[in-house]
Amino acid sequence: MSFIQVRDVWQAYGGRSIIERVTLDVSEGEFVSIVGASGCGKSTFLRLLLADERPVRGTITVDGGDVAVEPGRERGVVFQRYSVFPHLTVRENIVAAEGFNTASGWLFGAAKRTSRERADAILARIGLNHVAEQYPASLSGGMQQRLAIGQALTAKPRVLLLDEPFGALDPGTRVQMHDFLTELRAETKMTVFMVSHDLEEAFKLGDRVLVFDKPRWDPQDPGLYGATITYEFDARDGGMPYQHILDRYPSLKPQAEPAPERLLEPA
Amino acid sequence: MRLINLSPSRPLAVFLAAVPFVAVLIAYAAGSEIRLAANPADKLLPALSTIQETAVRLFTEGDRRSGEILLWKDTWASLSRLLGGVAISASLSLVIGMVVGLLPMFRSLLSGFVAVLSMVPPLALLPILFIVFGLGETSKVVLIVIGITPFMTRDLAQRVLDIPHEQLVKAQTLGASSWVIAARVALPQVLPRLIANVRLTLGSAWLFLIAAEAVAAEVGLGYRIFLVRRYLAMDVILTYVIWITLLAFVLDWLLKQLSRKAFPWMEAGL
Repeated sequence: MSFIQVRDVWQAYGGRSIIERVTLDVSEGEFVSIVGASGCGKSTFLRLLLADERPVRGTITVDGGDVAVEPGRERGVVFQRYSVFPHLTVRENIVAAEGFNTASGWLFGAAKRTSRERADAILARIGLNHVAEQYPASLSGGMQQRLAIGQALTAKPRVLLLDEPFGALDPGTRVQMHDFLTELRAETKMTVFMVSHDLEEAFKLGDRVLVFDKPRWDPQDPGLYGATITYEFDARDGGMPYQHILDRYPSLKPQAEPAPERLLEPA
Repeated sequence: MRLINLSPSRPLAVFLAAVPFVAVLIAYAAGSEIRLAANPADKLLPALSTIQETAVRLFTEGDRRSGEILLWKDTWASLSRLLGGVAISASLSLVIGMVVGLLPMFRSLLSGFVAVLSMVPPLALLPILFIVFGLGETSKVVLIVIGITPFMTRDLAQRVLDIPHEQLVKAQTLGASSWVIAARVALPQVLPRLIANVRLTLGSAWLFLIAAEAVAAEVGLGYRIFLVRRYLAMDVILTYVIWITLLAFVLDWLLKQLSRKAFPWMEAGL
């Protein structure tokens, strides 16, 4: 059984279908990019994965568990904006990833100290240790998103969901963030879903690229039908398919050919 | 150059800020001068010097009968009513506002009720309050509470609703319970708004306080003003009005400083 199972998921708001008949299997550790036109339900699909919304039909399960009814620690998220808490300093934002999980919301004594030490280690890893005492509003957009990713990863989710995480960043910062995310992924082996508007980004980072689009279109009532996964690309190995097919099917390897002696013989 | 692009230099700005104050003073002094020239016993516009003498007397000399300085006694009585009422309103509105803003169940239960309640004109309830709570301190404090709590509650509930949904989702993905979200995400972000609300509603609170004191009281700034009105003691009234204005200004300034000191993250982006 696959790690994440999406089975025949439909979502509609007030009778308007947004997405329909989405079925998907994702293995643990895969990076799935989701692309598509604006308003095609990419973000809706991400919210469904997050359990922020519940589908009108169908189920989504992680590792064979129950269908989630609300967001939880299993699924981490980074949004385009508003992903960090503006009233907490950078370090407190990281500590919150552990502290929020307690009954009171605060850590005390030794737990607080060790959490702060871990937070400082994480800040050093994501290159924000020099601004640990500052508030997020004084950071640049790229730094805020690094903090948001660090915060999400501190909670050790099983799936990380990224909703256009780099959409508001300038191109240079965006490339840095790609490298940052690639490194983090190599370290954590996490399953990631990323919604993106940027095709290049989707193929560069993703193992798989899913395209959401409407397969049915009613010219009298464009909102009647929802979008679904219309294409799926294998984005590994620079987007070139079948690079490892011989590893999977060794029988396809060319047999050692007999020496072409006959050709050398004179007629 | 367009008028909208014309801004004053620093000295000019200070001068412009002073102009209305000086203009009012001059206008008053001139009017007072003209009336006093016609009738030296005129009580309507006492000379600035008379007001000053009265002010010194009110602030320093005790009452002939009891020996107490009435102005300080009035100030103490009024401020304790005002601050008591505002403190109760702030606590009530914070709790109800947070509950309405965060919990959809309570939003359905209470938001309509609060909206209707905030339409009731509080001063129209004053007679009822006097009947129910008597003429003592309670009815005055309750008037302030009834007068400003619904407005503050509605505003705070709206502020809680204005917290981006993303933040609430994020907190949930970090494992926060409803209580933790209330205490660590919503509360710290609406507290600055609570202080701003208190600053905004202090004006109304003064209005309700003085109205209540004018109708029935034995001590208080509003009571004194309405008492000396009978003797046309404009110098006393004006001194009290200036004193109340000063108190209101200082309270506002203190709250502003508190907000700045307590919520440094509010200004981090500036």
